[in-house]
Amino acid sequence: MKTMINVALPKGRLGEKVYAMFENAGYECPSIKEVNRKLIFENEEAGVRYFWVKPSDVAIYVERGAADIGVAGKDILLEYTPDVYELLDLNLGKCRMAVAAKKDFRDNTENTLRVATKFTNIAKDYYSKKGRDIDIIKLNGSIEIAPILGLSDVIVDIVETGKTLLENDLEPKETIVPISARLIANKASFKFKMEQIENIKNGLKAQVKTDD
Amino acid sequence: MFSTNLLKNEEKAVFALRSIYQKYGYTPFKMSKFEEYDLYVRNKDFLVSDSVITFTGMNGKLLALKPDVTLSIVKNTKDIPDTVQKVYYNENVYRVSPSTHEFREIMQTGLECIGNIDDYNIFEVLMLAAKSLEAISDSFVLDLSHIGIVSAMIDAVGCDRETGKAIINCIGEKNQSGIEKICAEKLLPEDACRKLVALVGTYGKIGKVLPELEAICDTDELKSALSQLKNICNLLVASGIEDKINIDFSIATDMRYYNGVVFQGFVENVPTGVLSGGQYDNLMKKMGRKSGAIGFAVYLDTLERLNLTQKKYDVDTVLIYDENSRPEDIARVVNEITSTGNNVMAQRSVPDSIRYRQLLKLNGKGVEILENND
Repeated sequence: MKTMINVALPKGRLGEKVYAMFENAGYECPSIKEVNRKLIFENEEAGVRYFWVKPSDVAIYVERGAADIGVAGKDILLEYTPDVYELLDLNLGKCRMAVAAKKDFRDNTENTLRVATKFTNIAKDYYSKKGRDIDIIKLNGSIEIAPILGLSDVIVDIVETGKTLLENDLEPKETIVPISARLIANKASFKFKMEQIENIKNGLKAQVKTDD
Repeated sequence: MFSTNLLKNEEKAVFALRSIYQKYGYTPFKMSKFEEYDLYVRNKDFLVSDSVITFTGMNGKLLALKPDVTLSIVKNTKDIPDTVQKVYYNENVYRVSPSTHEFREIMQTGLECIGNIDDYNIFEVLMLAAKSLEAISDSFVLDLSHIGIVSAMIDAVGCDRETGKAIINCIGEKNQSGIEKICAEKLLPEDACRKLVALVGTYGKIGKVLPELEAICDTDELKSALSQLKNICNLLVASGIEDKINIDFSIATDMRYYNGVVFQGFVENVPTGVLSGGQYDNLMKKMGRKSGAIGFAVYLDTLERLNLTQKKYDVDTVLIYDENSRPEDIARVVNEITSTGNNVMAQRSVPDSIRYRQLLKLNGKGVEILENND
């Protein structure tokens, strides 16, 4: 029997783009395009089995070996630091992790900086490197509202176009790190399915668009 | 004699590994469950997790439940010229689980080879690591790396400590684009960066990787590390286990403690490494010792779910009796059943959630079959 590679794809627009890359690389699975409630799609001939999971869960599936490989945003990898291989930058889903605040905000270094974010580890790491004393306010959504209501001084969040920030009278102040989608692999799976994973990686690499 | 089917994976492994290590002259090293906390404070960076369970001993000293075995063994052995102490252990350690953020008891088996270690000792430990993996599963891989090569390559880049750490992380992730980005951002020397990227992309079987390394190991330091790696690889090839060995620099661990050869073992269907080890002369030096050391640990807790099959029945037979049944009759029937090799649970009524193959009832006339699920 052919060795199957389990691939965790992030649900949503990014996942669809990523699947298209897999398809172009010769790992098509036509049943994935059928409209139904199925969660797992398999093409035994190509040796791949896809499943859609919540984007923030891809790294968990891969780290724990339920998926051999997957595609996750660099934001998730930085926040949860899963013990996985990061084989390829797909240069897709590009955005940046940034500090944003009200347009008239000036950082008063006399006080503890109140930071609202979903990405507490990224924020803590960023400010600890700067030696800045902060208070972290963990939020799960609608982060932009925090500085407007005075809940926090700044937010740390993903900025794509900056439009949402602008509409709420906020603006990005500092870029922490650029974000894009990455091909990740379970470390143990990589040892036993090295050739297949390498082939997939090379098939995707050939399609990665460079910035220039 | 009992059937080995009764044993869990980790229990079977303990027996198998003990017999392997004893065969090669390793002696058991039994230590106390507790250790002075001070030992871990001084060597905090060597521990997998910083947190340690502490308590005050009867003499007022702060003690800890061992989070690590190697430090205790090093502490309790002496430098004896021209000899190598070979010990193995099977101990529980207490560490914080990264997923639950709570302490867990982890069963660990391993060995340490302490003294004036030479290439033979290194080969022997690697061979025993491979044999340990083989005892756990037929499908295994032993990854081999050399800290000397990784650290010389990073030194050649000439970056600050923070950048060096970021590069080491990228090596551990096989993240070539990450290294390229760091090098471009920090304007690091192009040639040294190109070699680092090549190092990350160089992995696989000995025969494939060694020639690729020749091409990028061009300084004296790199050549000397590569020459040691080659010697070890030649011994592994001669012993016929090269099929199971991969050279892979992504397993490079802490350079403050390890030097020379480091390795990590994987078995199929376990999502994490099950064995980890290396040469730790730097730790020995830090602990005021003159000799060198190499060793490894097998994380037995990772084997729990290996080849796990759902049992169809909890028990072969449930034997129901009532208040009129005589104890001697129950004992006789139970004996008859167990003597056939089946197991039996005698109960007044069938317990909830017990799955059985056969349900028997003991009544005045004898044994009646109520249910047969075969």
